[in-house]
Amino acid sequence: MAIELLGGRILAPYFGSSIYVWGSIITIFMLSLSIGYLSGGRLSINNPHLGRYGVFFLAAAITLLPTIIWSNNIMDWVFVRLEDPRYGSLVASTLLFFIPTAILGMIAPYSVRLLVAHAAHAGQIAGRLYFISTLGSALGTLATSFYLVLWFEVDAILMTMSAVLAAGGVSAMLAYWSHRT
Amino acid sequence: MMRLWVLLVLLVLAIPSLQAKEIHREKSLYRNIVVKEADGRRCLLFSVQRGDRHQTCMDLQDPKRLVFPYVRMSFGGLLLNPNPARVLVIGLGGGSIPTALSELFPAAMIDVVEIDEAVVRVARQYFNFTESAHLKVKVSDARVFIKRALLQDRTYDLIILDAFTGDYIPEHLMTQEFLQESHDLLSEDGVLVANTFSTSVLYDHESETYQSVFGDYLNFKLPISGNRVIIAGRQGLPSDFVIKSQASRLVESLRPYGIDPRTYPANMSREKDWDRTRRLLTDQYAPANLLRGED
Repeated sequence: MAIELLGGRILAPYFGSSIYVWGSIITIFMLSLSIGYLSGGRLSINNPHLGRYGVFFLAAAITLLPTIIWSNNIMDWVFVRLEDPRYGSLVASTLLFFIPTAILGMIAPYSVRLLVAHAAHAGQIAGRLYFISTLGSALGTLATSFYLVLWFEVDAILMTMSAVLAAGGVSAMLAYWSHRT
Repeated sequence: MMRLWVLLVLLVLAIPSLQAKEIHREKSLYRNIVVKEADGRRCLLFSVQRGDRHQTCMDLQDPKRLVFPYVRMSFGGLLLNPNPARVLVIGLGGGSIPTALSELFPAAMIDVVEIDEAVVRVARQYFNFTESAHLKVKVSDARVFIKRALLQDRTYDLIILDAFTGDYIPEHLMTQEFLQESHDLLSEDGVLVANTFSTSVLYDHESETYQSVFGDYLNFKLPISGNRVIIAGRQGLPSDFVIKSQASRLVESLRPYGIDPRTYPANMSREKDWDRTRRLLTDQYAPANLLRGED
């Protein structure tokens, strides 16, 4: 959610802050999350383990980097080719946000699979996960829009998020492999 | 009997407010738009919840006369470039600025950028705004329009930035990058005029950001108005003498609009009266709406 919010900031210099820019961002985030949920659930069938779970975090962190480093080049490229700012912002948000958001979407169903030991508890655990992730989204949105943008540059906020994701991913992978040996 | 008198007095007092007649109201994509008429004036209002804000008013008896000081102040840019051939106005409102400019400079090509299609319709219908071959309106975000215009190698002799009078500030139109793009869109002797803020820490942040792009500029404030108008040139500023003599040359042509340019030069300051340590507003750091709330 924090990335989505900053997405508006990233696109504004090229496509404005009209209502359709937000429409593009929300559409792409919903679309990529839905695909992430589907493939994360699919991946959780075969031999799910904490190591691969960590890979998701690390991959999200890495795929977020081009968004931070090359966002202006990517938007320049789109801006020159697409006259209509509606489709311009839609294509730009696809290129910038689709992959990292889809990977982040894979985490939720995979978490359910890792945490559920008995089918009877599946609902309760899924409920808790939704609770934590949605509450986290709410707090992230609030912190970002009220305070972080007042203190930091957009890229600094995104870099920190990427670093936190990478740290989480690496520690999950380390925990898995140290446990195995 | 006494009570009747009180009632009568109350009634008489109430008449002026009763006369504020609402002519039109609509909810656009971006805001509530209301057109009201009172005391011989027709006004366009945005954001009606937090006290009516007059965006622009038209004197019904004398439609040429510009009612608000800040609108008249926008013409201060003419003291630097008295004969613009290509003009860009950002923010239409009731259309009083572009209309006056097209009357003053019939040969000039004037482009107006307005984000809200409903405002364009209201200006046409209620404020006598008419487009022509020389005066064109484009419904677009100003940032997008300017980026596109740069790609097409267009230039303007005068850019009037008047997009900040609502309750919400378009933050991407206050950044160093945006000002640089506007600067690059100016012709060699082009002038940028911006209606901006005079209160809160935003004044400092904004002043410093303009300084970083344009160097020294004129800080134009009138005692009768709470607005501050920034007047900046692509190639620095002319001397006070040039500005003063230009002002006396414009007196006759600006008179029908209620503008007396002779009072302007004395109120245009070159002094940097802001806190120069404030952070620049950039595309990376632009919390203008939050900064406006801080003292």
